[in-house]
Amino acid sequence: MSSAPAIETSGLVKVFGATRAVDGIDLTVPEAAVYGILGPNGAGKTTFVRMLATLLRPDGGHGTVFGRDIVGDAALVRRQVSLTGQYASIDEDLTGTENLVLLGRLLGHGKTAARRRAGELLDAFGLTAAADRQVKHYSGGMRRRIDIAASIISTPRLLFLDEPTTGLDPRSRNQVWDIVRVIVAQGTTVLLTTQYLDEADHLAGRIAVIDHGTVIAEGTPGELKSSVGAGSVRVRLRRAEQRAQAERVLAAELGTEVHFDADPVALTARIAGGESGRGAAEHASRALARLAQDGITVDDFSLGQPSLDEVFLALTDRKENRA
Amino acid sequence: MTSTSNASSAERADADGDTPVADNLGAVLATGEPPNAPSAWSASVTFAWRAMLKIKHVPEQLFDVTAFPVIMTLMFTYLFGGALAGSPEEYLQYLLPGVLVMSVAMITMYTGVGLNADIQKGVFDRFRTLPIWRPSALVGAVIGDVCRYSLASVVIIVLGLALGYRPGGGVLGVLAGVGLLLVFSFAFSWIWTLLGLLLRSERSVMGVSAMVLFPLSFLSNVFVDPRTMPSWLQGFVDVNPIAHLVAAVRGALSGQWDGSATLWMFVSAGIILAIFGPLTMRRYNRK
Ligand SMILES: Nc1ncnc2c1ncn2[C@@H]1O[C@H](COP(=O)(O)OP(=O)(O)OP(=O)(O)O)[C@@H](O)[C@H]1O
Ligand SMILES: [Mg+2]
Repeated sequence: MSSAPAIETSGLVKVFGATRAVDGIDLTVPEAAVYGILGPNGAGKTTFVRMLATLLRPDGGHGTVFGRDIVGDAALVRRQVSLTGQYASIDEDLTGTENLVLLGRLLGHGKTAARRRAGELLDAFGLTAAADRQVKHYSGGMRRRIDIAASIISTPRLLFLDEPTTGLDPRSRNQVWDIVRVIVAQGTTVLLTTQYLDEADHLAGRIAVIDHGTVIAEGTPGELKSSVGAGSVRVRLRRAEQRAQAERVLAAELGTEVHFDADPVALTARIAGGESGRGAAEHASRALARLAQDGITVDDFSLGQPSLDEVFLALTDRKENRA
Repeated sequence: MTSTSNASSAERADADGDTPVADNLGAVLATGEPPNAPSAWSASVTFAWRAMLKIKHVPEQLFDVTAFPVIMTLMFTYLFGGALAGSPEEYLQYLLPGVLVMSVAMITMYTGVGLNADIQKGVFDRFRTLPIWRPSALVGAVIGDVCRYSLASVVIIVLGLALGYRPGGGVLGVLAGVGLLLVFSFAFSWIWTLLGLLLRSERSVMGVSAMVLFPLSFLSNVFVDPRTMPSWLQGFVDVNPIAHLVAAVRGALSGQWDGSATLWMFVSAGIILAIFGPLTMRRYNRK
C-alpha cells in the first residue's frame, strides 16, 4: 500500500439540495508534502475535505486515502487521518489541557501518557500559561494552535487543515505556517485549504484551484503562473519627465496596460501571455530595446512573475467565458 | 519572532497569546506506532468524563436535577396530599416513588436538548474522525446523564425522608428501586438522543419532548391508583411503560416486589433501546 498516493479521487460529487457543492473532482495528492486546495467562499473546499475525512458520504464517484476507500474502509481511513476543521474542532467549554487529555485518551493513551503528551504539546505550542483556561477565552491564534496541537497528539499520516489561517493576523499566520512546515518535514502529508493565494504559494508543493465544485487548474505554483501569463516588467527611469513617453512606448510594444508606480520614476507593464509563443524575457528585452532606441534611459528593470491573484482571476474569468 | 526556552520568558509570551516554540516542535511530534484504539467501553467512559468536566465548568446545569425535583416533590405532596389521602404525610408514602420516577423521566429530556446543542459544534467533527467505536460519544453522554439522574434521585429521597417518607424496603429496597429507575432512564434517554439529532433547534427538542412526557407521566399511576380511572384510561395506563416503571419502583421501595411490573419494565426498556439506539446511530453517522 505504500505506493498508493495519499489521496486519490475520481468524479467525487456531493449535492446539497439544488447545490452541487462538489461537482466531480479528480485529484491525486502525493505523499509527504503540502497540497493546497485554493478556492473562494463556497467553492466546495470544506465539503471536499469532509468527504475525505469520512464525515460526509459522497453522492457520486469515489476516493481513497492511502489506497483505502473513504466509504467502504472508512474505519481504516480514520486510523490514518486527523482533521482540523474550519470551525474550531475543540471543546470550548473545556480547558486546553482537558481537551488534549480527552483526545489523547480517545486515541488510546493511558491516563498518565495522555497527561504527559498534553503537557508537551501545550509547551511546544506556547500555550503553557493558558493550559488551565477554558478555550472559549483563548484568542483566535491560540485557538488555531490548540486545534492543530489536538490533531498531532498521535502523528497522523495525513492531516487536513481547513482554512487554518482565515481570520488570523499576519504574525499568527506565520506561526501556523511554521508549524505546518515542521509537521510536513516529519513526513506527514498535509491537505490545506485556503482562500489566500500567497499561503498556497508559500506552503504548497502543488495546488488545485477549485471553483463551483470543480478543479479549474492543477499544478505547481510555478506551472499555474506560467499557464496564465508571463508576468510583468517593472522599469525605473533616470528622469521622471520621460515617464509619459515611456508609457506610450511600452503600451505600443507590449499591447497591454501600463501602470505608474508610486515611485515617480517607475512604471510596470503586464506582459501578455502565450499566443505569440514568446516568453516573458523575450517580450521584455524587445520592449527595453525600444525604450533605448527612443532615447529613454533605463536605470533598472525587473521581471515579475504574476501573482496567484492574477492567476485566479484569469482562471475564473476564462471559465466564465466558456460557460 | 524569538523562540523562548526558559520558563519565565515563555510565560510572558503566553500572556500575549503568542510565540509557539517552533524550534523544539519537531522533537515533540510523536514517532513510532500510535497506541491501539481504546475499547468501546473505555471510549464511552472517556466521553462520560467529558460530561463531568462540563458540569464542573458550568455547574448551573445541575439546576434541573436539584431544584426541579425539590419543587415537584413539595408541590405535589402538599397540593394533593390533603385531598387524596387525608394528609400530606400519608400521601407521601404513595406519591414519593411516583414523583421520583416522574422527575427523573422529565429530566431525561435534557439529554436530547444538550446533545442537540453539543453536536452542532465543530468538536463532533473531530470525534467522528477518531478511530473509536462510533456510538461511544453518545453512550458516554448518556452515562454522564445517568450520573445526573442519580443525583436527582438522591435529592428526592433525602427530601422525602425529611418530610416523613418511610420506605418499607429499607436501604436495599431504595438502592434497588433507584437502580431500576436508572436502568430504565438509560434506555429511555435514547428517544431524546434521536430527537436531539433530528430536530433543528434546542427549543423544538424541548417542545416535542414535553409533549411526549406530560401524558406519559400524568396518565399513569404516579399520583393516583388507576382503578379510580375510567376503563379506557386504565387501558392506556396498562401499556404505559412509565406506569410499569412506577409500579416496579414503588414495589422495590416498599419492600413488596411487583414481579410482573418489573419484568414489563425491563421488556419495555429493552424494546426502547433496541429501536431508538440503532436509529440514533444511523442518524449520527449520516449527519
Ligand atoms: N450542510 C449543507 N447543507 C446545504 N448546503 C451546504 C451544506 N454545506 C455546504 N453547502 C453549500 O455547498 C457549497 C460549498 O460549501 P463549502 O462549505 O464546501 O465551501 P467552502 O469552499 O468551504 O467555502 P468557505 O471558503 O466559505 O469555507 C456552498 O454553496 C454551501 O452553501
Ligand atoms: Mg469552508
